[in-house]
Amino acid sequence: MAQVQNRLRPFFENITFDRDDNELVLNFGPQHPSAHGQLRLMLHLQQEQIVKAHPDVGYLHRGMEKMAENMIYNEFMPTTDRMDYIASSSNNYGFALAVEKLIGLEVPRRAKVIRMLLLEINRLMSHLFWLATTALDIGAMTVFLFAFREREYLMDIIEGYCGARLTHAAIRIGGVPLDIQDSFLHQLRVFLNKLPQNIKDYEDLLDSNRIWLMRMEEVGVIPTEMALSWGCTGPMLRASGVAWDIRKEEPYELYDEVEFNVPYSDKGDNFARYRIYMEEMRESAKILYQCIDMYDECVKNGETELMAHAPKYISAPKLDIMTQNYSLMQHFVLVTQGMRPPVGEVYVATESPKGELGYYINSQGGPYPYRLKLRAPSFWHTGILTDLLPGHYIPDVVSIIGTTNIVFGEVDR
Amino acid sequence: MRAYKPKDDLQAKAYYTDRYYVAPQVPKSAVEDDEIFAADLEAIKAKFEVKEAYIQVEQMVIYINAHDIYGVLELMRDELEYTQLSEMSAIDWLAKDDTFEIFYQMLSMTKRKRIRVKYFIKNGQAVDSVEKLFRSADWSEREMFDMFGIEANGHPFMKRILMPYDWQGYPLRKSYPLQGDEFAAWYEVDKIYGKEARDIIGPEIRDTATVDRYDSERFARLGFEVPKGTKITGNEERNPQEYQEEGGVFLIKKYTKESSKVIDDPQR
Repeated sequence: MAQVQNRLRPFFENITFDRDDNELVLNFGPQHPSAHGQLRLMLHLQQEQIVKAHPDVGYLHRGMEKMAENMIYNEFMPTTDRMDYIASSSNNYGFALAVEKLIGLEVPRRAKVIRMLLLEINRLMSHLFWLATTALDIGAMTVFLFAFREREYLMDIIEGYCGARLTHAAIRIGGVPLDIQDSFLHQLRVFLNKLPQNIKDYEDLLDSNRIWLMRMEEVGVIPTEMALSWGCTGPMLRASGVAWDIRKEEPYELYDEVEFNVPYSDKGDNFARYRIYMEEMRESAKILYQCIDMYDECVKNGETELMAHAPKYISAPKLDIMTQNYSLMQHFVLVTQGMRPPVGEVYVATESPKGELGYYINSQGGPYPYRLKLRAPSFWHTGILTDLLPGHYIPDVVSIIGTTNIVFGEVDR
Repeated sequence: MRAYKPKDDLQAKAYYTDRYYVAPQVPKSAVEDDEIFAADLEAIKAKFEVKEAYIQVEQMVIYINAHDIYGVLELMRDELEYTQLSEMSAIDWLAKDDTFEIFYQMLSMTKRKRIRVKYFIKNGQAVDSVEKLFRSADWSEREMFDMFGIEANGHPFMKRILMPYDWQGYPLRKSYPLQGDEFAAWYEVDKIYGKEARDIIGPEIRDTATVDRYDSERFARLGFEVPKGTKITGNEERNPQEYQEEGGVFLIKKYTKESSKVIDDPQR
């Protein structure tokens, strides 16, 4: 084959890097290791101070909304894994809940408990990952190793449940596909019993660490108005003084039956966000303990149902499919043609580890959603960098990107 | 004769629908059923025309006129405590009646209520930017422009956000094929190697599920792979894909099942 000359050139030929007014344009990314993915930032600098920031995203755009319009509802479930791949069950869950609300399904209690177990494990995984990578960006290698060790335990538990470590696809529309394995609760208990000491270890390393405090305190302050205006949710909003947690305010599943607190801070800086992540891990552990009890109760009461009973939308249990002709026919139609939810639209928000994860579904009664809009929290947490970065210095960029906890699978979708 | 396929909607369609199937509706209820929503609707109706309003899946949906959007959202933010614009985007109805439906998903944290504000615009019409009210609309409106080609008047930086600046076509329109159009197939070839290399490289295969079963060089020659361009005679030598070298690697022990240790308890 003839050799073809490669004409790949950088895309910023039209930008003058040294300008007359002594302003320097710095191109940060898209392959910067601390950008947590494919984030490109155009930074206009006066000396080391940023005067203008222009985040550029889209390097991981896969067109999920378009894909959803061309897939039956159950087919789309594994695609949602690829949004926030740090905590993929929470994406699965948001989609399943949206479709269930559209259809008007009630999920069996045991499935709800299993879902909550998965969701909170995912939250812990995500927060541990956040702590590890952010600490590594700041230079704290030890915390990175510690937090990844703990995350590994959780991934083992999840792997035992669904066979996957990152892209779980562990939740189905109408329930969960499987009961938890025998070792699940034991392993989880062992992990949870160690967790308080682990969190204390991280805090001992970081809380009074001079470098950590200098990089975190009074850096990246987001005022409440700015956070609200930019659509910030989750820890980003709670660190800016609004105690808004969808699990508490608009409870789904059994979150109204468990007791937990919503940590919030009115500081709005990086350190406040760090503290909130740490506290949320403790609250998640609290919820998990209660979920374990709830699960034991389900077993005691003999509640074995894992999927909702709705023959029009959900396949019958495997036993029925194998023994009853009508169930087999239903299953065949649902797999080959897909379920057809009623005509209407729904917007359902859930509290993912990053913030408000919303699914807007417009159904026209067909097996494919007519329009599906994914509201990913990280999208706006990246957008806010436009207003947040000016005034800060170059090293602050790294710590601010770290504490915003953005995941680019979710930003670009 | 080939089946006629409408050009204005290229998305997947159900291949079979029962003739007598009537799709059920997601139930709607009247706004009066909810006190808070009823009060909000009254406040909006006092100043603006509301074409339709109902509650569906615990959220109020109101239809307004396109030119009222800035005023309505300003009223909702300043007087009705809907302080966050969670989401906004468009729905493509071009195939039906040449319109777009725009929706704004509003959230009130004090009332714990969500309202969806909607209106229709004609194809080619621009919307009024609400970026001055909610900064989050800055990126949402750019995304809407990128995906549907709907411009927002008064937006400070109306450029594509997810797709490259020099992209042609609007990916989320129903008329845009899932695998991309002609432009998409040549985009990277032209960009990296230049138009003159088109003949050598060929268009990008954008269907990820494509398998060329007549490609005898790269497909289905497992264990008998040959370098590209080699003439295939059928007497190729076996080229086994070993996980580990037979003779072993310096300092690395060969894995055997007997010598390995299984850890039962991952917590150790």
